[in-house]
Amino acid sequence: MSIEVRDIYKQFGNFVALDNVSLAFSSGQLTALLGPSGCGKTTLLRIIAGLESADRGTVLLEGEDASDIHVRERQVGFVFQHYALFRHLNVFENVAFGLRVKPRKQRPSEANIRKKVRALLELVQLDWLADRLPAQLSGGQRQRIALARALAVEPRVLLLDEPFGALDAKVRKELRRWLRRLHDELHITSIFVTHDQEEALEVSDSVVLMNQGHVEQIGAPQEVYQHPATPFVYGFLGAVNYFHGRIEEGRVRLDDTLLHADAAPEAASLTAGASVTAFVRPHELGIAPEDNANTVGVAARITRILGFGALARIELVGLSADAQHFEVEMSRDQLAAQGLSEGQNVRLTPSRIKVFERECDSVLLAGAGI
Amino acid sequence: MSAATSSLLRKKRARDTRFESNNATREASWVKRLVLGLSLTFFAIFLLLPLIIVFTEALRQGLEAYWVAIAEPDALSAIKLTLITAAIALPLNLLFGVSAAWCIAKFEFRGKQLLTTLIDLPFSVSPVIAGLVFVLLFSTQHGWFASLLQTWNMKVIFAVPGIVLATVFVTFPFIARELIPLMQAQGKEEEEAAIVLGARGWQTFWRVTLPNIKWGLLYGVILCNARAMGEFGAVSVVSGHIRGMTNTMPLHVEILYNDYKFAAAFAVASLLALLALVTLAIKTWVEWKAEQSLDFNDMDDEQEITP
Repeated sequence: MSIEVRDIYKQFGNFVALDNVSLAFSSGQLTALLGPSGCGKTTLLRIIAGLESADRGTVLLEGEDASDIHVRERQVGFVFQHYALFRHLNVFENVAFGLRVKPRKQRPSEANIRKKVRALLELVQLDWLADRLPAQLSGGQRQRIALARALAVEPRVLLLDEPFGALDAKVRKELRRWLRRLHDELHITSIFVTHDQEEALEVSDSVVLMNQGHVEQIGAPQEVYQHPATPFVYGFLGAVNYFHGRIEEGRVRLDDTLLHADAAPEAASLTAGASVTAFVRPHELGIAPEDNANTVGVAARITRILGFGALARIELVGLSADAQHFEVEMSRDQLAAQGLSEGQNVRLTPSRIKVFERECDSVLLAGAGI
Repeated sequence: MSAATSSLLRKKRARDTRFESNNATREASWVKRLVLGLSLTFFAIFLLLPLIIVFTEALRQGLEAYWVAIAEPDALSAIKLTLITAAIALPLNLLFGVSAAWCIAKFEFRGKQLLTTLIDLPFSVSPVIAGLVFVLLFSTQHGWFASLLQTWNMKVIFAVPGIVLATVFVTFPFIARELIPLMQAQGKEEEEAAIVLGARGWQTFWRVTLPNIKWGLLYGVILCNARAMGEFGAVSVVSGHIRGMTNTMPLHVEILYNDYKFAAAFAVASLLALLALVTLAIKTWVEWKAEQSLDFNDMDDEQEITP
């Protein structure tokens, strides 16, 4: 089922949670609502479910205005961050709940309820836990039961509110893959809310990035990662180094040096002298020796080298007055080849940059946690 | 103290034993003995002694006199009235208490703070004042509703309705007070989950809300019942002390005592005391039961039973 929201506005006291948000979710897709806490993503999800009502705007389910449809008639499945399993009912009865509360005429027979619950428990691979109480399950199992319970009423849409938020890192990763597989099997239109960019990029068909009640960007995971539309998105989707400067002949000039030697296509489209911020991902920032006569790049000193996995992470501090922190990622082989060590003075040269004009971006940067 | 806090206490107990057996954190033994001695003496003089005296005095003139005192018509009528009062006040407060707690714990509305404070009013106001308020409202001579009551030929003060009203007022907070923190702690996620799954309002209440609060509710009911049977002050003001008509057990005890019928007074008092003891026993059982179900729920993520 397709879902559309139009001009949704919601305010809590003086806080604007959603500021005229319009979105369309296409049928059968798994969409991630991604953003920092307080960006309005959960509120939007609850408005779609009907658990919250918008101050203005409409929710369309399959093209039909759902504003006056009660939650229980919307046929949505909702999965809560903290599971919200009925603590006094065992796993079987939890899953059967939605079937048992149906009006008598629509209620399946006891035998059919049993059959259906069994099938659902098998689907989430927990049929052997049917007699347990929720308190006797691990977090990951509880969330899978919550999902089975939501699916029992054959919802037209599945809404998941930070479904893995309360789980530890390892279980999260497993469940992510599992959710993706389940979605590929069922093809039910699903929206899930998360603040974890890795989760969103890994699981979803499309990502909606939200910040402070606005939609920042919509697109396929690859697309939003490769071509972030705003500084906020760039900063939110991964670690980032940023450089404040001005445009000069298609390049970014910092106070005393040029950031890069060759003109960047994005910088070229901006007027000379414009105040900009250049964003560089840690793996797109190179380290050159300091004694180079070349004045391109930012002077910095290596403060720490962290080498755990295949990639080494190098932390640096700028030599200019503001002592900005930088982060570089390179393979351990390259690290060894360059012979870098802590305390060494170097120059940082980006291989790829993304330039945004600076207007009100100090606010956006704060939002992205940079 | 609610069932939830008592479970927390039990968890602390394990830590406290460690604290106690550790040389570095243990108090000097004379301090311990002093504190323990003080509290035990206090307990013996102020709690245990009166209880023993009630029963010994009641039985001083033998079982037969005891039986006569209780089987006497005025005493029987007082017992009956007490039971009737409790039987009316309890369901009413059950209804009020659950709905008030429901409102406060699950909804946001203007004046919520005021309502929470008002629920405590019967605790903070003297029962005598509560009684006087009802006299002022419902007295057939000079009450606010005097003319209404006269036209309908109804009697509230110096009659059973007044006693019930006063009792309901005094015992109002018990159930609501017990449920509010419990329901607030449980939040409304489970109810939301039920509604999304298609449950109607009453289905949600019966199948989700009520099972979750049942032990707290029972605890509140027990306390409410104990107070409803034992209430003296407010009931005394509105009852008019008509023997065999508007006397509850506590009032009957007072009358007997004022008539120098000590053995009879203590006999009826011993019944009240017995009721209190039974209430305490049930209360302890409920606490224990609630604690069990809580411990079960509290296992949570600390223990993952399966891979």
